[in-house]
Amino acid sequence: MTDGNKIIEMEVLRYRPEQDQEPFYQSYEVPFLDDWSVLQGLQYIKDDLDGTLSFRWSCRMAICGSCGMMINGVPGLGCRSFLRNYYPGKLRVAALEHFPIERDLVVVVDDFMNKLAQIKPYLIPKQVRALDQGEYLQTPRQLEQYRQFSTCINCMLCYAACPQYGMNTDFTGPGILALMHRYNADSRDDGRAQRMELGHADAGVWGCTAVGYCSEVCPKDVDPAHAINQNKMGSAIDYFLRFVKPRGASQ
Amino acid sequence: MKRSNEPVFWALFGAGGMLSALTGVALVFVTGIGVPLALLLSPELMSYVNMLAFAQHWLGKLVIFAVIALFLWHATLRILLLLHDFGIRAGPASALIGNGLALLCTLAAAYLLLALGF
Repeated sequence: MTDGNKIIEMEVLRYRPEQDQEPFYQSYEVPFLDDWSVLQGLQYIKDDLDGTLSFRWSCRMAICGSCGMMINGVPGLGCRSFLRNYYPGKLRVAALEHFPIERDLVVVVDDFMNKLAQIKPYLIPKQVRALDQGEYLQTPRQLEQYRQFSTCINCMLCYAACPQYGMNTDFTGPGILALMHRYNADSRDDGRAQRMELGHADAGVWGCTAVGYCSEVCPKDVDPAHAINQNKMGSAIDYFLRFVKPRGASQ
Repeated sequence: MKRSNEPVFWALFGAGGMLSALTGVALVFVTGIGVPLALLLSPELMSYVNMLAFAQHWLGKLVIFAVIALFLWHATLRILLLLHDFGIRAGPASALIGNGLALLCTLAAAYLLLALGF
């Protein structure tokens, strides 16, 4: 399977709830080629060394967002991190931080999914257009307002990086607040007021203390910290001006 | 969901942060190095007479008040956030002490500046 020239030691966090009292690290010797990702290392373990290892993966090209994991303590995508960068040292792979472990590297994502639904991650147009009225048109400039924030792949690395989410999972968190901004900033959308009920709360944008690690680990350069900061400004303006604005005004 | 009151403190924090970024270093130089050591600046610049005149002018009052009050509000939230990020939960008590102190000093600065007269 490989030339076997190089062998890296991979320590993988194991937890099988039916037999393990608590998670522990299991060590594997993995022969690898220069172009092997951490995910390929895990696949080698599962195929050739230990079939009981569980982990999520799908696309192998940083677009499905399934293989988020802690790699030497840093949140990363298994498919986008390469074994050669850790050799000759050993490599520690663990389940994403701040999430309950379901099994081995598989975490429970229910909290993330519930929060995602709360911010209504879809366009809420002011007036729904009938098919014969044609498309919702948008200029390139309007597209640029939200494009960066629309590239999120829901990999949850930012949640594993966020110390606020780690301390208190009531916080909506970086990725979903960035997605909230993505829809609020879309010229075709009119759902801002509905979404900002959550955004204005302590669990919304005000739960963030601008640590910025979320943006550092984001594999798609979404920059959630920037999105949240922009919404803090918007939320603060709304806080002070809500009494002088006419009722029914948008935003 | 209940609206957060954080914008009040965040606005003061942001204003103080902006002001300290723009003027903090210059102030440290003028008041701490330049004038005391007579480096590039005359020691007379901050003499009692000059400073009193500055503090008695309405614009001088505004500048002194903004520097004292906004720096304090900025520092308070910065310290609370730092404690929070270190895992020390800033509960209602520490927020009360921090913001209370900032409020107290803000009021004291306003009172003393007005007491100096115009």
